[in-house]
Amino acid sequence: MKTASGTTRRRFLRTAGSGLLGSAALAFADPRGTPTTKSRVVIGQDPQLRKAGSGVDSHRLLALLDKTIQATFDRDTPQEAWRQIARPGEVVWLKVNCLAGRGFSTNGVLVDAICERLQQAGIKDIVIWDRLNSDLESAQFRINEKGKGIRCFGNDTLGYEDELAIQGSIGSLLSKTLTQVCDAVINLPMLKDHSITGVTMALKNFFGAIHNPNKYHPHGGNPYIADVNMIPQIRQKIRLHICDATTAQYEGGPPFMPQWTWPYNGLLVSPDPVALDYTGWQIIERKRGEIGMKSLKEMKREPVYIATAADANHRLGTNDPNQIEVVNV
Amino acid sequence: MKQWTDSGGTAGYDRRSFLKTTALPCLAMCAGTLGRSQGLLATESDAQFVREAQFYEKLPYKKIKCKLCPRECVIDDRERGYCGVRENRGGTYYTLVHSRVVTAHIDPIEKKPFFHFLPGTMAFSLATAGCNVNCKMCQNWEISQVRPEQVRSTYAPPEKIAALAQQNRCPVVAYTYSEPVIFYEYMMDTARAAHEVGVRSAVVTGGYVAEDPLKKLCKSVDAIKVDLKAYSETFYKEVVNGELKPVLNALVTIRKLGMWNEIVYLVVPTLNDSDQEFKGLARWVRSELGLDVPLHFSQFHPEYLLKNLPPTPLATLERAKAIGDAEGLHYVYIGNVPGHPAESTYCPKCRRVVVERVGYTIGAMHIKNGKCQYCQQPIAGVWS
Repeated sequence: MKTASGTTRRRFLRTAGSGLLGSAALAFADPRGTPTTKSRVVIGQDPQLRKAGSGVDSHRLLALLDKTIQATFDRDTPQEAWRQIARPGEVVWLKVNCLAGRGFSTNGVLVDAICERLQQAGIKDIVIWDRLNSDLESAQFRINEKGKGIRCFGNDTLGYEDELAIQGSIGSLLSKTLTQVCDAVINLPMLKDHSITGVTMALKNFFGAIHNPNKYHPHGGNPYIADVNMIPQIRQKIRLHICDATTAQYEGGPPFMPQWTWPYNGLLVSPDPVALDYTGWQIIERKRGEIGMKSLKEMKREPVYIATAADANHRLGTNDPNQIEVVNV
Repeated sequence: MKQWTDSGGTAGYDRRSFLKTTALPCLAMCAGTLGRSQGLLATESDAQFVREAQFYEKLPYKKIKCKLCPRECVIDDRERGYCGVRENRGGTYYTLVHSRVVTAHIDPIEKKPFFHFLPGTMAFSLATAGCNVNCKMCQNWEISQVRPEQVRSTYAPPEKIAALAQQNRCPVVAYTYSEPVIFYEYMMDTARAAHEVGVRSAVVTGGYVAEDPLKKLCKSVDAIKVDLKAYSETFYKEVVNGELKPVLNALVTIRKLGMWNEIVYLVVPTLNDSDQEFKGLARWVRSELGLDVPLHFSQFHPEYLLKNLPPTPLATLERAKAIGDAEGLHYVYIGNVPGHPAESTYCPKCRRVVVERVGYTIGAMHIKNGKCQYCQQPIAGVWS
């Protein structure tokens, strides 16, 4: 697989070390915020992330990833931090977002960096996954369905479960990749506007795990997005959300609209998808305000599903700014 | 092979009992068993199913607005509408299901159900994937609530369908099982091809369709059965994920244009089974459509997202029929209860049986030249 950085996965695999094997008895991050402790959202930014006139600098992005992950888990080294996320022997699923195609999908350089760190933490079996093979290919990922190591495929490959998963307002067939292949999920959404749901980040990215997302966009995706994230097979496997904000889009999403993107040069990381989405939403609102655009609320597309995800029926995290600890690194 | 039910109408009865209780043939055609995908199992290349869609408006930034149904989805580039079978590709809107048949059978026309349209004949019945609503009681969700690439399909162009209908002595092609509005272009092309060989077209729909496409449809087909899911906006909002008003408007349009029309009302216990609702419906039919539109109250069987409810009690169906009768409607039926006397057609004047039915089987028929053989009262319908 060749990524936007120009590095190839083959080269990466050759050069990556054998990795540091983690202990099987490690503590894991609680993917939900709790009412007694603040949810931490780490925002890492690097103004020098991009080389002049080219893409993201892979070394700087890896360094940024390390800083944000270490800050998320209060660990001194990247390896210690990554061991909080998954353990050796687990199959880890990287849920990228490729709907907008080549121009605006989860950055391949970021995916490479995460794979590198996972492998160094002893995680050998990694699946890069999105809704369709064609989505992945449009974002320059190369399909690799078989074998050990790093695989890459969409729902086309294994299809969906036969039995409906019913949760609140949702009745959907779940991706077999999620239910049968993967033990842990690292969610890699984008930071972007969405013409129907307001924004699309961590919570909405799991529409890619169900067979009928088209049925759940009305009413701004509320309460559907929150309900999808309540499905046990999804909820129990999520370990971390790393939002790719190297480039962000404040209007015109989900398709790529370059005139409304800006180089945020950053990552947002949190185990709490609600806190992450709330924080990302505020970033988009600030950007809209800076350039004189109406807020999403004024445009009648405030992402109300974020509040639903935090309510007493869901408790997927917190959208209370007083309960969110934003850490800038 | 799985038997798909006609939308909203003939529920558990046909799936469980049809093959046991009737001697009529039900011949699987075309694609054989078309179960749900275990991955991408589309049997043909996607390109042959793709045609530019009708009824949409181009918007700035490569967005489009679909004008096929009242939902009027505004769809970004690379996205699909609510139905899941129409896609915006670079600012042009495409149907992905032209000639993309997921199931085809030869069914008695009574299974649709049409009781006043060529009774006793067989209908070559077909569907593609997709639907523009998401009814919690859907009997065919495995084909209606999926995207076309998630189920096996076969390439069946309009001329092939027309030829198959003719070869199998089916005077009618029925567009049914899922929601034919979402395969509108294919349905229209097939209706034209069928007419060229003397085969008529009957549509089984939820009636959630915009006025322009509906008017054009009425010029091309011969009968439309509408599944009226309830007579309350609340039910449409909470159970159907649609709207009642456009469906009522569609029924009026169909009637005004002289299209043969029947209505099925699937009675769901506790959700759309009140006297008030039955009475409101019957009065509306009487005032807006007239006394001659057949109204079928059908028994619900627990499926999909409403497995927690019991089948409709017979007493409820009989109560609904009594209310319809009391409002003066001429043809009120009870559906999905084989052997019930209310399956048969009675002359509204002399009250004698003019079409005797048991399940999908026609017994005695006492209609000649569209009139009751006993008293010469005209019996509304298309009889030949």
